[in-house]
Amino acid sequence: MEPLMAITIGILFAAAIYMMLRRSIVKLVIGLILLSNAANLLIFATAGMVRGAPPLVPKGMTAPEAAVADPLPQALVLTAIVIAFGVLSFAVVLVRRAWEIVGADDLDQMKDTDT
Amino acid sequence: MMPQVALPILIPLFAGAVSLVFWRSRSMQRFIAVAGTAGLLVTSLWLLATVRGDDIQVMHMGGWAAPFGISLVADLLGAIMVVLTGIIGFAVALFSLATIGRGHEAYGYFPLLHLLLAGVAGAFLTGDIFNLYVWFEVMLVASFALLILGSEKAQMEGAIKYVTLNLVSSVIFLVAVGLLYGMVGTLNMADIARRLATLEDDGMADVLAMMFMVAFGIKAAAFPLFFWLPASYHTPPVAVSALFAALLTKVGVYALFRVFTLIFHHSPGYTHEILLWGAGLTMLSGVLGAAAQFEFRRILSFHIVSQIGYMLLGLALFTPLAIIGGVFYIVHHIIVKTTLFLISGIVHRVSGSYQLAALGGFYRSHPWLAVLFLIPALSLAGMPPLSGFFAKFIVIRAGIEAEAYGVTFIALLVGLLTLYSMIKIWAEVFWKAPPDEEGDGAPKAVSQREMWLMATPVVGLALCTLFIGLNAEPLYNLAEASAGQLLAPERYIQAVLGTNGEEMP
Repeated sequence: MEPLMAITIGILFAAAIYMMLRRSIVKLVIGLILLSNAANLLIFATAGMVRGAPPLVPKGMTAPEAAVADPLPQALVLTAIVIAFGVLSFAVVLVRRAWEIVGADDLDQMKDTDT
Repeated sequence: MMPQVALPILIPLFAGAVSLVFWRSRSMQRFIAVAGTAGLLVTSLWLLATVRGDDIQVMHMGGWAAPFGISLVADLLGAIMVVLTGIIGFAVALFSLATIGRGHEAYGYFPLLHLLLAGVAGAFLTGDIFNLYVWFEVMLVASFALLILGSEKAQMEGAIKYVTLNLVSSVIFLVAVGLLYGMVGTLNMADIARRLATLEDDGMADVLAMMFMVAFGIKAAAFPLFFWLPASYHTPPVAVSALFAALLTKVGVYALFRVFTLIFHHSPGYTHEILLWGAGLTMLSGVLGAAAQFEFRRILSFHIVSQIGYMLLGLALFTPLAIIGGVFYIVHHIIVKTTLFLISGIVHRVSGSYQLAALGGFYRSHPWLAVLFLIPALSLAGMPPLSGFFAKFIVIRAGIEAEAYGVTFIALLVGLLTLYSMIKIWAEVFWKAPPDEEGDGAPKAVSQREMWLMATPVVGLALCTLFIGLNAEPLYNLAEASAGQLLAPERYIQAVLGTNGEEMP
């Protein structure tokens, strides 16, 4: 399972960076979305891939019996998803407003602030 | 129970919530803005006094002891930064009363200001690395919204660059936190530091250190990751520019100081060497960028970049004196840079332009403003007896003592070029005769009351830099104590994890 996960995350990162290097601001936002999803999956993978084993400690013991996935990264991912959702919805609105105000979908035409 | 550790976060959060309740009442929002930031300033001074008296203060949220719960940790560096947040928040709130238009206030300028301050204070006080990420995001979301208030074309273009690069930085930070957790199995910074020291070195720690360096380097606007800053900082209303210039990049610098003194201090030959050259190039590229600019706030924005280099230089040299210099420089820089931005705001309010070519004759019409500009400008360039002189002196002395002659030479050269930029502004804005044609925006008459509201924070901050310059010893002692804490991470670890910090669970 881990190698498959690693490849998936790698492809997601590569796709995200490719999209962000395009000139269109819509593709830029798609790139950002892919990027944050790749990061979330990566954190999820650090917990370890275990199937069907809830992280519960049996009564009278101090550690779970079998190997379990660490629940804490899943809590982190949950937080990160919520934050990314908020930030990315802002980014989508921003791109739309920028398109309305600047009148272009091309980052090459947004150079007023660079010179 | 130490309420003052949490109060600098809770007061702005609460003030932000209350001013959201009074969404329609302009006067109430303005009152809360002043009262909330004043409350933040008072509690932050209380916190600093406590930390100075009784060493590092720790508060475990919800009563869960470290490393399981989230801890708020106030050491001297954190407390100093919170005090600066309070000072700047208060000054900018006063200044905003006169300069922020009704249109911006109606779209929630003041609630966002409070939330930004809460995020910044939270980042300075948290002892948990994932919580640091959360506070970064609180701060960033508030700053995104502040940056585009007004929806002008330049703001949109600047915001796209700002948002993109800051999101990339957040993702890198998040990935680094995830990998670090996978390696050491904890998120508490003190616990991370302790466990990382016991792991055998397989190079992974260095990889993570570099990821943190890139993530915080983007936030701090270090070379070569600073391009978002001069593209966006001159676009929003000037009070927002001043607030960003004072606090946002410094959160990145603070995070670098925290991470590279507490967690990744094991291979300074590798990580701190990269930081050293990054610092030198940051200084140089920032100041050269400023030399090519002819817009008031863009010059100042590029100077933020160049000043960040001095602070990073203090961290990179990693000697006690250098860390003292770094902390001293942060304090000096935040105060002086805010003053300069606020002065550019007054100039804009009076004449309606930021372009140097369209300005002039201010020495004749507003002589007090000219004097007020010279104090922070010369301080930024490092002229004695102002605060910048001592800040530069300590850093450069540390550089010579550490025999890093190349970077020290750059630091001296950059000081000279900074003076050139400041003299350029002085000559264009204050000295030369006013140009015949009017500026782009027709200037509006400034009432006496508005002028007082704008001038009071500027005078107060200018007096701060004058005071630090004339009486540098108290601040030096404070910076020395703070450097002592930073260079002895076991004190931080002990304070957070309790007395049994040595044994491993």
